[in-house]
Amino acid sequence: MKEGNIIEVENLVKKFGSFVANDNLCFEVKKSEIFGFLGANGAGKTTAIKILCGLSFPTSGKVTVAGFDVYKQRDGIRKNIGYMSQGFSLYEDLTVKENIQFYAGIYGLSRSLIKSRFEELVLKLGIEDLKDKFVRDLPLGWKQKIAFSVAIFHKPQIVFLDEPTSGVDPITRRQFWDLIYEAVESGITVFVTTHYLDEAEYCNRVSIMVDGRIEAMGTPDELKEKYNSKNMDDVFVKLARKEKE
Amino acid sequence: MAEIEIHNLCKSFGEVKALQNLSLTVEKGGFYGLIGPDGAGKTTLMRIMTSLLLADSGSITMGGLDPLKDYKKLRLKLGYMPGKFSLYQDLTVEENLQFFARVFGSSIDENYHLIKGVYSQIEPFKNRRAGKLSGGMKQKLALSCALIHKPEILILDEPTTGVDAVSRREFWEMLKEIRSFGITIVVSTPYMEEAILCDNISLMFDGKIVESGTPDEITSRFSLPVYSVKTSDIPETLHVLRQLQGLKSVNSFGQQIHVVPLSSKTQKSDIIDYLSINKMNDVSVTQIEAGIEDCFIDFILKTEEIK
Repeated sequence: MKEGNIIEVENLVKKFGSFVANDNLCFEVKKSEIFGFLGANGAGKTTAIKILCGLSFPTSGKVTVAGFDVYKQRDGIRKNIGYMSQGFSLYEDLTVKENIQFYAGIYGLSRSLIKSRFEELVLKLGIEDLKDKFVRDLPLGWKQKIAFSVAIFHKPQIVFLDEPTSGVDPITRRQFWDLIYEAVESGITVFVTTHYLDEAEYCNRVSIMVDGRIEAMGTPDELKEKYNSKNMDDVFVKLARKEKE
Repeated sequence: MAEIEIHNLCKSFGEVKALQNLSLTVEKGGFYGLIGPDGAGKTTLMRIMTSLLLADSGSITMGGLDPLKDYKKLRLKLGYMPGKFSLYQDLTVEENLQFFARVFGSSIDENYHLIKGVYSQIEPFKNRRAGKLSGGMKQKLALSCALIHKPEILILDEPTTGVDAVSRREFWEMLKEIRSFGITIVVSTPYMEEAILCDNISLMFDGKIVESGTPDEITSRFSLPVYSVKTSDIPETLHVLRQLQGLKSVNSFGQQIHVVPLSSKTQKSDIIDYLSINKMNDVSVTQIEAGIEDCFIDFILKTEEIK
């Protein structure tokens, strides 16, 4: 892998029968960047992410994640990534503490390490009052902040976030992005997928997928300039509609 | 009389106060947006409007009818698209539509003109089962089913959540068309940028309406300047700006930071000077008009202060 890269994808193709879900994808994600992976419903994002997380094999192409090969070293990948989805991340019937013990245990962290990291986390988030509550009793904003903290508890090299701030209020959303920035400062790379293009504005670089292909890639400002658009929403609609016509 | 009149509505679930003294008015033919995060009370309010839930106290009139006493009459006048996809997954697209038309004693032909703009897009798939449709297509079918009996009032609960940007934009365009038939529309969304597409909006938070009016009215009430700050290192700039005295709020908006000073005494040049002293690179600061999101943040901060 090239120095400074954490993900390298070369000519990735994934077919389901005759349907081409990923059509020759080529991109790289740099260490400690926030990379936005965007695309319409059915553009092929989920297919690509499953491959990057070691859950599905490519039909052809070369894919390396955190230095591990997706064909041969899937265990290595899984140990070195974290994942948070908007839909489900935490067990509602476990307390905050139990959720963390469970996930950290799965990743093989020792009891003493879990204990000390958990104490740090309680202090950092100020959740002394919440730590023994059931997750189902927490407000959505806290669930999301804690889900993110769980996803990076084992200090992965990359964390994958699927629509991380969907539906939360504007203040909680900013607190969430503060946590993401902090994670990036500690060296974690953040890979975000979202339908909400204003979330894309927080990324260092974004790629936009249309019909299985990456149609555009760059910083949000570069893309806005290139497509003569005032925001990322317009960039996206221009690209995706062009394809339809 | 307005089409929807709500006064001092309250609803609690155990200890949770879902709606607290909520009042609002929607004129006939209006296009009204309820904007707020998950848990603000939007769905509870819509379920009371549609006679599916009873309020603890307060009054509500929908199209001149009381949702408690006249629920049978009212339901004929209402079209409702719940937040969760609620059509029959095992029926085809066309069967779902027929079902909803017949339940209301109507037929597809009778009101086809109303749904033409929406339904024509999914008509090529009319023999496909609803469960097999993509997110954007389900949404169009649900809207068609809510419209097929020619309702006077259309209630849409987060119709664009989880749908991609292209389908979302098309959906709002369809709503504009439906409006031209004189149907009153109430739509909820957690997405601030969709607020400006409505005539009138209410910002909801914690079971209360914190502000209402046209989107322009709301943003023009924001009396303090908003500065948009750009630098080469946004996270570091956030840290640095949060140390500066005299600022009301410092919030990240992606590749820029919005800074609101406590008074208009703090000027653009003060921020530029401060950032240069702190060795930030490529600094640019411009004064901008406040957006709906700036207003919402301000209201939430006020609410939290009172607490």
